[in-house]
Amino acid sequence: MAEREQIKKTSTRGTEEVVDDVPTTSKKGEELKAEMDDLLDEIDEVLEVNAEDFVRSYVQKGGQ
Amino acid sequence: MALPKVYGIETEYGIRHTGVAEPNPIAASSVLINAYLSELARRSETGARSERVGWDFEDEHPGDDARGFSREGSLPPEVETHLVNAVLTNGARYYVDHAHPEYSSPECSDPLQGVLWDRAGERILVASMEAARRQLPPGQEIVVYKNNSDRKGNSYGCHENYLMDRSVPFGQVVKHVLPHFVTRQIWSGAGKVGCEAASTGGAEVTLQLTQRADFFEEEVGLETTLKRPIINTRDEPHADAGRYRRLHVIIGDANRSEVQTFLKLGVMGFVLCMVEDDWFGERDFTPARPVHALRQISYDLTLRKPFDLADGTTVTALDVQWEHLGLARKWADENGMDAVGGELVGAEVLRRWEQVLTALETDPMSLADQLDWVAKKKLFDAYRERDGLEWKHPKLAQLDLVYHDLRPGKDLAGKLGLERLVTEAEAASAMTTPPPTTRAWFRGRCLERFPGQIAAANWDSMVFDLGGEPLKRVAMMEPLRGTAEIVGPVLEDCDDAGELLRRLGA
Repeated sequence: MAEREQIKKTSTRGTEEVVDDVPTTSKKGEELKAEMDDLLDEIDEVLEVNAEDFVRSYVQKGGQ
Repeated sequence: MALPKVYGIETEYGIRHTGVAEPNPIAASSVLINAYLSELARRSETGARSERVGWDFEDEHPGDDARGFSREGSLPPEVETHLVNAVLTNGARYYVDHAHPEYSSPECSDPLQGVLWDRAGERILVASMEAARRQLPPGQEIVVYKNNSDRKGNSYGCHENYLMDRSVPFGQVVKHVLPHFVTRQIWSGAGKVGCEAASTGGAEVTLQLTQRADFFEEEVGLETTLKRPIINTRDEPHADAGRYRRLHVIIGDANRSEVQTFLKLGVMGFVLCMVEDDWFGERDFTPARPVHALRQISYDLTLRKPFDLADGTTVTALDVQWEHLGLARKWADENGMDAVGGELVGAEVLRRWEQVLTALETDPMSLADQLDWVAKKKLFDAYRERDGLEWKHPKLAQLDLVYHDLRPGKDLAGKLGLERLVTEAEAASAMTTPPPTTRAWFRGRCLERFPGQIAAANWDSMVFDLGGEPLKRVAMMEPLRGTAEIVGPVLEDCDDAGELLRRLGA
């Protein structure tokens, strides 16, 4: 376990920052959620409108 | 001493032909590949590449079994020789197989090369779709998906290939590789909503780790299309059969994540070297019921549920992976990493393997930019929360399929920001350039330089037509010869294939 801890810490970038045991992120939860919501909107624009039809029509012959 | 590993990936892509009443996947696959090849030929300034070089079936024996017998004649033919089947200047094979377009990467000498020529394959499929769109009537489109299931019980594969020492008893391979395949799913899976197996053994499966676990019914065997075995015994070395075995791995998922493809190849390199060097010691992780364990692990998103071993004890998938990583580190310390692609790449495999196991143990969702199944979970969770969707909602099934759509701008994997290990420029170059460190260099460069003088090619030989004399077959039984270093200077110096063969003494 000691070896694992060590590697986790050395992989953290930067020398002056305080190294935290728990991975942290500079972005706040709300900011991340807003980004995800934008992504979902973007994805909705490329999806075919009728999900059920799309899924039903995706039929493949078996392969290896 | 473990032999240097050679790596390759074959991917059967899912295919849809839209805008037609009754799509035929075999015809669509042919149209797709032919569209690419014809544009390549047209783009070639000299027109030399219009000489399309086909595949040579001389050395195909898919009925040979690694356990020491042959089932010639008892299997349906695996190769449909009349369908489009081309060799590319990057050393790859691009063809129609089982109603799917298939790209078999050239031989690679390290796992990062493996990722690069797999990505080159994705780009070749993208270029093929674009070429087909230009040639098809308006309103029609052929779209390919890098996945393994149509969610209706039909599966198609992404096979890995590894060159290894033939003198190792096959039973030793099975003993150590089978537990690895069952447990690597926690980091190798591409994820899938729901389940396609006849029974889940009572488990409620909302999202599972892998695309393929539902389709495996046997532990060891020769089949690839039905009753699929966890360990496939097809014994076609495509190399000197006295020295080498090609382990043909059929159980993996087709990953959109480059990190996963890198780990899949890289970690297997270590595992096989450790099998060759008898490094595993007495500890035996053989599952009591391998197929049951395979599915149980794929269905368990907590990653914590132990499975039963044949010796009566229980372990978790993470336990086995940590144990294998520890052994691999010791093996590397003692033996160096020349056999697994060199110190730099080998160290990167170990670093990432450890980092992924640590994250799976502490915070799996932190791997959303590295593992397909985690990226999907993050996406599905966001949709479920925003739109209040049940797991069975068709929208999630749709997202699960579209994640694997290869079209730029349409692919969700691209939008989700997965970490890249190779650049677009490198991948673009690898579409037409072979890996310099294997025999793929000789194959690819000969095709580029002398297309009019090559009658056919396959993995371990090339047939030259020098005009006026019998066809000349050049054997390439050593996958790590025919490299840029060995034959490059002579090959690039010759003006025609006749001169090349004379100077090589072939």
